[in-house]
Amino acid sequence: MNFTEYVRQLPQGSMDRRQSIWTRLHLDPYLFAALLAVAVGGMVVLYSATSGDLGAVYRQAIRFGIGFMAMIIVAQFDPRWFQQWGGTVYLVGVLLLVAVIVSGAQAMGAQRWLQIPGLFRFQPSELMKLAVPVMLSWYISRYGLPPRYRDLLVSAVLLFVPVALIIQQPDLGTSLLIASSGLFVIFLAGLSWKLIVSFATMAIAMIPVLWIWVMRDYQRQRVLTLFDPNVDPLGAGWNIIQSMTAIGSGGLTGKGYMLGTQSQLDFLPESHTDFIIAVLGEEFGFIGAVILIALYAVIILRGMLIAIRGRDNFCRLLAGSLTLTFFIYVFVNVGMVSGILPVVGVPLPLVSYGGTSIVTLLTGFGMLMSISTHQRN
Amino acid sequence: MLNSSLDNREKERRLFLSRMTASFIFIAILILALVGRLFYLQVVQNERHEARSQTNRLEVLPIPPIRGLIYDRYGELLARNEPSHTLSVVVERSGDLDALVQELGALVDLSEDQVSRFFDRVRGYRRPFEPIPLKVRLTEEEVARVSANRIFLEGVQVDAELIRQYPFGEEFAHALGFVGRINQEELRDLDVGAYAGTRFIGKEGVERQYEDALLGEPGFQRVETNARGRIIRVIEKQAPKPGSNLHLYLDQELQKMAYDLLGDQRGSIVAIEPETGGILAMVSNPGFDPNLYVSGFPTEIYNALRDSPDNPFLNRAIRGQYPAASTIKPFLGLAGVDQGFVTWDYTINDRGYYQLPTDDRIYNDWKRGGHGRVNLRKAVAESCDTYFYQLAYDMKLEAIHDIYDQFGFGKNTTADIYNPFTGINPSREWKQNRHGFSWYAGDTINLSIGQGYMLATPMQLAIATSVLANRGRWVTPRLLMHSNDESLLDSIPEPPPDVHLNNDSNWDRMHAAMQDVVQGARGTARASGLGATYEYAGKSGTAQVIRIERDENGDPIGDVPEQFRDHAWFMGFAPLENPQIAVAVLVENGGSGSGVAGPMTRSLFDFYLTRELEQ
Repeated sequence: MNFTEYVRQLPQGSMDRRQSIWTRLHLDPYLFAALLAVAVGGMVVLYSATSGDLGAVYRQAIRFGIGFMAMIIVAQFDPRWFQQWGGTVYLVGVLLLVAVIVSGAQAMGAQRWLQIPGLFRFQPSELMKLAVPVMLSWYISRYGLPPRYRDLLVSAVLLFVPVALIIQQPDLGTSLLIASSGLFVIFLAGLSWKLIVSFATMAIAMIPVLWIWVMRDYQRQRVLTLFDPNVDPLGAGWNIIQSMTAIGSGGLTGKGYMLGTQSQLDFLPESHTDFIIAVLGEEFGFIGAVILIALYAVIILRGMLIAIRGRDNFCRLLAGSLTLTFFIYVFVNVGMVSGILPVVGVPLPLVSYGGTSIVTLLTGFGMLMSISTHQRN
Repeated sequence: MLNSSLDNREKERRLFLSRMTASFIFIAILILALVGRLFYLQVVQNERHEARSQTNRLEVLPIPPIRGLIYDRYGELLARNEPSHTLSVVVERSGDLDALVQELGALVDLSEDQVSRFFDRVRGYRRPFEPIPLKVRLTEEEVARVSANRIFLEGVQVDAELIRQYPFGEEFAHALGFVGRINQEELRDLDVGAYAGTRFIGKEGVERQYEDALLGEPGFQRVETNARGRIIRVIEKQAPKPGSNLHLYLDQELQKMAYDLLGDQRGSIVAIEPETGGILAMVSNPGFDPNLYVSGFPTEIYNALRDSPDNPFLNRAIRGQYPAASTIKPFLGLAGVDQGFVTWDYTINDRGYYQLPTDDRIYNDWKRGGHGRVNLRKAVAESCDTYFYQLAYDMKLEAIHDIYDQFGFGKNTTADIYNPFTGINPSREWKQNRHGFSWYAGDTINLSIGQGYMLATPMQLAIATSVLANRGRWVTPRLLMHSNDESLLDSIPEPPPDVHLNNDSNWDRMHAAMQDVVQGARGTARASGLGATYEYAGKSGTAQVIRIERDENGDPIGDVPEQFRDHAWFMGFAPLENPQIAVAVLVENGGSGSGVAGPMTRSLFDFYLTRELEQ
């Protein structure tokens, strides 16, 4: 028994007092502080991005309230609960996705949500953001690592079904995030590098196939405009040109709070949702953008640490996947707004205006905190 | 067992740790890439994006100048600017154009024509973000309806602008010309800066001739706009310089009189003030409503005008070329007598025809049986062809060509008439070049009665009459009297050299002969001269379109189809002493010059002179 094993098996009372308060609350103080910082900073930027719409900030604050509540509640559950309920939630989620497609077809158009009559609108794809990593982590960790080929195959199917259903909606951004979360589980579980390389090669070979048969026109257009936004400067290229101009014109220290001409004069589209980092970049400059990225880095590093310290394979895989997926959120959003990735609808996590994604993300962090604070019992 | 299980767990932990390490490296690289990208945009390329964001929000908007006004000689406004509301669409800012136009159609009355022209303009060459007009001259109700629905109509704007309006419409259509929308061809050639914000350009007539002066200079305002082009604030403003106002010699009342006199007959009337060379009236009939060019011609009206056999777009005053016929005789006679080919007392015995000494060919006088004993004065008064056949034969072509040239035939002598035809004053070289034949003596004979190769425009005949009235003194014929841009008058060219006679009394004697035409006992147009309270001079002309059967008075026998009837000419000036007005009247296929054009001339003189007396 080495030292770490020994420490783990010590009774909780022997831990130092401050840590134990947080542990008893089942919260991770570093993660919590960083999340809160991003949330507060994000609402400050949102106030400017909506040109001083206090109502929007208020609604966003309510979402954060719900999100943090969900986080705290979820953190109280032992990770075992996720393991036990993961499969059920996954199955329900897939059924709901099918229901979305069916009702969408009836409504003669694309649809991403289900209307629960008299209650609320619900996006099953948000549920899957959590259900897929839980399901895959559970499935793969059952037989030990690295996974066998048969398990890989089943995992691939478990991943493919919801991703394919969400692409149909069509929601490229969400399906990308869910696919990443599943692939990260498989990667972290120890998929051999040999297989990774051959899959990567196959994926590259698949690009023409995707281009011709799978991608919709608007998706192709997004990719084309990435390579040259000036192809269609008033259409698809407009967003990206304006956001790059907004960020670039911010300079080192920015134009000042509420003083960004690109955002305040409405040149920047979607300035309070997907493109909100352009507002930050314009008004707070390079320094402001780097501070936000640094906060994200703290969250990610903390998440990775929690993953490494996870008590078993399931916890480690789930925590790792959630953390890496969060990084993908950040990277894809900042990458697309700054013009190095195509515009796929991925919000800037915890900053972009919008309900479900904040709650989902914070619920995910609740799982991380549960993993972090429920060590061996 | 326990050991191997522990070993296994340890292996799994190591595997996971190595994967996390790989992920960490991966994430670190990508985060650095993001930070690097931001650094590149915000620090390295900052200036470029800064400039771009400035041009984004700052827009330089042209303020079109107010087009110069055009007045007649008494200050009557002939071309003015009228506020008009124009409905236009910025295509770049609107969504589905078809749906939008349909929506607009529910709010304002749109003709199929307006819609199809709008789409032509959308598809054609245009400046980006330039509003494309859909309808001009909205009614107040339509303006209100569009404004009320403004928020639902992306990219739609209603602008108040000044557009050209011609209060006298058709009467001045050919004299003033008109402005129209700048077309693609013009857009290629014009100075884009000078026309910033301006959508109209002078197309014909005075509007075209004085385009540069009338246009003015655009002003600019630097404004901050938002992404939808709405102006947030004006940062800097430079007022436009309005175009110069033009005061023309044209006399609105006289012009109207001339227009009314022509009635529904095709023809032209030009009146000139001999003292100044100022063009008092310039009518071509039929005309068209120039205001339609400004607002956009409805296609069916335009097509009807374009296809009309009456050719209403032809400015007959300066681009209608006709044989001058007998109106040329005073000029020829003047040269003949002054250069000694004949004297005032010299007579011939006219038996109704003339035969060249070298040729069997017979040249008939218009009057069968002839005029008997004829001197120059009688030859002018009665328009004796035979007398002038003889004179022309004696003078030869060169002398005739020369005197016609001195009076301005065969060339443009006007200062500011846009795009006139020059008519033809034939010469030996001209015929050789044009027809490939040498000059025959018979051609000279035809020239003596203004037929054959000779062609003149009503403007040219009016000018020549004015010079004749002026006793040979040339003043450059012009429309422009004065302007607040004084440099415009400096660009009036020098007139041709004055016509000098060896004996100045020949002017008076020719004037007297021309007075006989209208006020003599046997003058061809004595009927039109009856009862005049002033002395005046004139000369009729009847230009053959084709050879037709005539009676002994030269009148056609039987019914002649209209297009073969003679063109009726009359030229004259009044009063005899100190002439104030010189006129040329042409009525296409009008028949007899003395019978049709003579009375019109008299009416113009009566009106002009008596009205002048009242003032």
